[in-house]
Formats: sequence, structure tokens, C-alpha cells
Amino acid sequence: MANNAEDIENNMQNQQEANRSPDSTQKPQETGVPRARSRGGSAAGAGAGTGGGGDSGGGGGGNGTGPEQNGQPPAAPTPRVVEREEEEEDEELTLKYGAKHVIMLFVPVTLCMVVVVATIKSVSFYTQNDGQRLIYTPFPEDTDTVGQRALNSILNATIMITVIIVMTLVLVMLYKYRCYKVIQGWLFLSSLLLLFFFSYIYLKEVFKTYNLAMDYITLAIIIWNFGVVGMMCIHWKGPLRLQQAYLIMISALMALVFIKYLPEWTAWLILAVISVYDLLAVLCPKGPLRILVETAQERNEPIFPALIYSSTMVWLVNMADTDRPNRNSTEAASPQQEPQEAPVASPVPSSPSQDDGGFTQSWVSQQEHRLGPLQSTEETRREIQQMPSARPPVEEDDEERGVKLGLGDFIFYSMLVGKASATASGDWNTTLACFVAILIGLCLTLLLLAIFKKALPALPISIFFGLVFYFATDNLVRPFMDKLALHQFYI
Amino acid sequence: MTAAVFFGCTFIAFGPAIALFLFTIAREPLRVIFLIAGAFFWLVSLLLSSLVWFISVQISNKESAAQQKGLLIFGVVLSVLLQETFRFAYYKLLKKANEGLLTLSQEETMPISIRQLAYVSGLGFGFMSGAFSVVNILADSAGPGTVGIHGDSQHYFLSSAFMTMAIILLHMFWGVVFFDACEKQRWWAVGAVVISHLLVSCLTFQNPEYVASLVPTYVILFLMGVWAFYSAGGSLRNLKLCLTCKDKDLLLANHRPR
Repeated sequence: MANNAEDIENNMQNQQEANRSPDSTQKPQETGVPRARSRGGSAAGAGAGTGGGGDSGGGGGGNGTGPEQNGQPPAAPTPRVVEREEEEEDEELTLKYGAKHVIMLFVPVTLCMVVVVATIKSVSFYTQNDGQRLIYTPFPEDTDTVGQRALNSILNATIMITVIIVMTLVLVMLYKYRCYKVIQGWLFLSSLLLLFFFSYIYLKEVFKTYNLAMDYITLAIIIWNFGVVGMMCIHWKGPLRLQQAYLIMISALMALVFIKYLPEWTAWLILAVISVYDLLAVLCPKGPLRILVETAQERNEPIFPALIYSSTMVWLVNMADTDRPNRNSTEAASPQQEPQEAPVASPVPSSPSQDDGGFTQSWVSQQEHRLGPLQSTEETRREIQQMPSARPPVEEDDEERGVKLGLGDFIFYSMLVGKASATASGDWNTTLACFVAILIGLCLTLLLLAIFKKALPALPISIFFGLVFYFATDNLVRPFMDKLALHQFYI
Repeated sequence: MTAAVFFGCTFIAFGPAIALFLFTIAREPLRVIFLIAGAFFWLVSLLLSSLVWFISVQISNKESAAQQKGLLIFGVVLSVLLQETFRFAYYKLLKKANEGLLTLSQEETMPISIRQLAYVSGLGFGFMSGAFSVVNILADSAGPGTVGIHGDSQHYFLSSAFMTMAIILLHMFWGVVFFDACEKQRWWAVGAVVISHLLVSCLTFQNPEYVASLVPTYVILFLMGVWAFYSAGGSLRNLKLCLTCKDKDLLLANHRPR
């Protein structure tokens, strides 16, 4: 969903280019600058975006980089040609940079999926049915009749999506009433739990699978170091690759938790419903995402970035933010993730019997709601703040402008592929098909964004393709390929 | 049924393809994207042909083994034809995209040429085709078992791996020849590609007799390779220059700053 952000920035930049073109025709001595801008712009355009085209106008104007008004109609044909050349050059550059940024997203998404699939295939813990469930999906799926099972899964999905919506609204309320500290605290706590507790469980299960003996002291040292370095990298400063690796790891951990604790039909239903929700939340005028963005715009301050994967370091030096400590003006999504998760990872530890249930549920709720609108909005705000005029010209930043993708997207993509590899009897064919489908969905989403220059959610297309290919491959292709392999026919 | 068999068959099947990917495609984002798009198109063609086959099986007599085999053969032929149709559809899509880009930018150089696209899309088709054919077999080969214990051939894994390698490379050659033929409006060449694909698939119908199916397949592979080489603009002279490191264009290309 933070893909919206990327795209939006793309669009913003393109709009800015378009805004600038008339300038360049009028003031020949400035032609150099717009070109540089456009280059940086295109690159940045492919970077994290902001919510809504309106932002670009606001951002640009606020930065005083140039006339937001598109006025100054070109007086002569020649200026028009110059404009057109610039625009085409921008398009071309946009395409080149666009491709690069698509790949910058393909690689982490692929890595996350590979981690999840490898774990699912080797560590049986995550595919075992221990009879435990999340409190958000209380209805069991091992019922007697198909109808009952369908009903239970629908109810589960309804409860889950309601929880997500409620959490999102709570967050919007908290943000509206300026309870920043609460949000930050929650987020910090949530990532703490994730980095320490879930990774401990994961490590424990891996050791069990490979029958490795490990004493508690060594384990404690390992987990402690892993967790502390993770907290530092994600919330403060750290090498970029390490931060990216940590974000991928926690996305994978979260996806694994979902795969384990969501029963089959519920999981598919939730995926479908979440995509629809994402679509609505981003595109409807009354969606929580829109409201959040507008509130942030009114206050002219950055929204808390949720957990967002970024492919470059982003230093937000000029962020106008009176409430936050300076540490917030550091990288990519990091510090701001906390605010997101905080409100959600709420009261739950007191929950029932399941050993990791309590944390799981809190995580689930927080993660769920986090996938909500915020990712793109944070991004968008931050990108607006980073508009070229707020910093020195960006020629040198071409290659360094990166893309950002919300971790919720990572989680759900990996969950789809992991579930496909866990439950499909067609095994690897189904997994491969879902993988390719998701990547193509991601590609199409970015393409659509470049075309429409409007905020678009990242989940729907990929999840739709993924689901279609999962069911089609599992039910249609698998028997065909099995028969072919039996006779060793090749197509 | 050991790690040796698993790794050996994996590298036989995918070695050349992965090498091609790593050395020529991995660094260029645009090529990677078109590779994955090619894989997607192959997947869609497979889906459609499976759908038709599935429906035909449902309405047929499930007990009669001969009929099932006949339906399977029909499925194979249909799948081949659909694959080639989707290759053509991909070609049309790429042409449109390229033309659009060209008119927009008004430059002479497109970011990616139609020949590169042919190569990349062919390889994408090949990757997906090979993966779907052999990955399950490879996964089984890493587990316990004895090959051919019931009297079947003992060379199942090895022959599958070699066949897969041939198919992947063939798809790549077919892609190059096909796109080139479409560019030059040589429909007989397109027909030849379709027929050779059909031939290769039909050769596998003899399959426990691996000599009868593998050897002609490799002959066809070699011939298609030569044809693709010539249609991509290669010649004996080029080859000689390249091998003796005297090809200025190649040397320049390697030293071009990235």
C-alpha cells in the first residue's frame, strides 16, 4: 500500500516537471535547472510517493520551487517544442528509472517470499495445526459440513476486517487529536515484541527441525543481539542493507504467523477482503486513508510513516515537526513506524490460553490496521517535505532516490505465496505460479500509477492475480501437469 | 535419489538458462521485467489449455485408458498451439508498447530493441516451461525412493533434466526466430517454428524410449540454434571475430561506462 506513495511521488514529480516546462520556455537561462529537476524528479518520481495529486501542488507551492500555476501559456510554437522535448525526455527517463525501481521492489519481495517458502517447506511447525487460533478468528474450520465451514470462515473474515477498520479509525482519531506519544510508544513496543519474541520462536523451531542442540545462554545472547541491533536499525540509524534485511525478516516472520494461525478458507477470504478494503480506503473520498492525508495536509506536518521498506536512506533534514525529537528526522520509514503500530498493539497481552496467542493477536491487530491507509500517507507526506526546493538541487540524487513499499504489502504477498506452498497439493507449480502472478501484479500496479498519476493501492491487483492463479493452477493445471509428468510428455 | 542426483539434474536442466540470465539479463531491469512478463504469458497459455483439457476430461469416459491418453495427446497439441499463439500475442503487445514509446520520445534509440525482446521473451517462456515440467520431479528426487523399481526406466530423472534443458533453449531459439519472422513478415518461418514445437512435443510421446525422443530433440535444438543465430544477425565472420576477441563492437560494448 505504500506503493501508492511511490507512485504518487512519481506523479508529483511529473506534474512538477509539467509545471516547470512553461518556465523553461520563458526563462532560457533557467533551462539547466528544470532539466536537472526533471532528472531528479523522474527518479524521485519513481521513489516513494505521496497521497493524492493535490499534494504535489501543495508541496510544490509550499516549497516555492516554481509556479504552481500552470499559467503562462506558451507564446510561440518554439516554446511548445521545447516543452514537448522536455516532457518526452522526462517520459523516457521516467521509464528507465521506473524499470529500475520496479526491480528494486522485485528483489526484496522475492527475498521475503523465498524466506517464507523455505521456512514453510522445511520447518513443519508453521504448517501444523495445533488447534490454536487467534482471537480474531474464533470459529474453527474443522467442521462437519462444507456449509458450516464456509459460514465459519466468512464470520472469521468479517471479524478480522472489522478489527482492522476499527484499528484504523482509532489511529486516525489518535492522530487527529494529536496523541503522538501514544502512537510512538505503541509502535516501539510492537516492534520490540516482534524482534525478540517471534524471532525466538522461529529460532527455536528451526533448531527443533534440524535437531541442533543449543543452550539457553547462547540463545539468549543471540536473540538479545539480534533484537537490539534490529531495534536500532529500524528505529534509529543503521546500515541500509541491514535495515532492509531486518524489515524483510520481520515481514517474513509476520507472514509466517498468519500462515500458521489463520485457517485455510479464512486466509483466502481475508486476502480477498483486504484487497477490496485497500482499494476502498485509498480511492473513496471518505476512506480513512484520505482523511488521514487531508488532516496531515491541513496541519502541514508529516504523518507517521508506518513500517516501510525503503531502498535508499532518506534524510529528512527539513521536516517541520515541532512535536518530535530530532531522531525522527532520520531514515526511511524507520522511526515513524512506531507511531503506527503503537495504538494497535494494545491491551491484548492478557489474552487467552495460547502460548504465543497474546502477542500474536496484538501483532495481528496492529499489523492489520497498519496495512491500512497509513503507509502511503506517511510516505506521501514525507516526500512532500522532501521536495527539491527544501534541499539543494537533486542532480546527484538521481540514482539514490529509492522506492518505498509498505511492509503490509510484503506481508500479504508472502502470506499468499506461503499459503500456496503450504496447502497446495500441486506443490511447487502452484507456488511458482503465484510468485509470477504477484510480481506481474506489482509491475502492473506501478505501471498504472505512472499512467494515472494518482494514488493507487498496491494490494488489489497482485492479490487478485495471485488468488486467480492459485486456484486455477491448483485445480486445473495440476492434474494436467501430473498426467504429463507421468507419461513424460513435454509441452 | 540423493543430493547428487538432485543437484546434478537441477544444474543440467537449468544451468545454461541461469547462466544466460546471470550474464545477459540480470543487470538490465527492463530485460528482467520483460522476462517475467514472458513467463506470465506462458503461464496464462498453460492455464487456458489446462482448462480446456480439464473440461474435456470431465465430459469424457473416465474409465477408458485409451480415451484418456487420447485426450492427453489432444491436450498437448492444444497447449503447443496456444503457447505459440500467446507468443504471437506477446509480440504484438511488445510492438505496440515499443511504438508508443518511440512516438513519445521521438528518439531513434529505444531503450530495448525488438531483438533483445525476442531473446528475453523466449527465455521467459523457456524458464516457465522448464520450471513447470521439472521442478516437482526435482523435489521428489531429493527425497527417498528407488527409481524404476516397478520396471520403469531407471533414467527418469536424467532424461527429464536433459529434456528440460533442451526445451528451455528451444524456447529461446523459437522466440528469436519467431519475432524475427514476424518483423519481416515471413509467415512460413512462423509456421516452421510452430511445426518444430509440435514435433518436439510429439517426439516425447515415445518417451520411455529416450534415444528415440532425446536425440532428435537435440538435433532440432542444434538446427534451431543455428537458425536463430543467423536470424539474430550472426554470421561465421562475426563468430570468428568474437571468438578471437577481435570484434571491435563487442569490445567497445564491454568497456562502455555503465
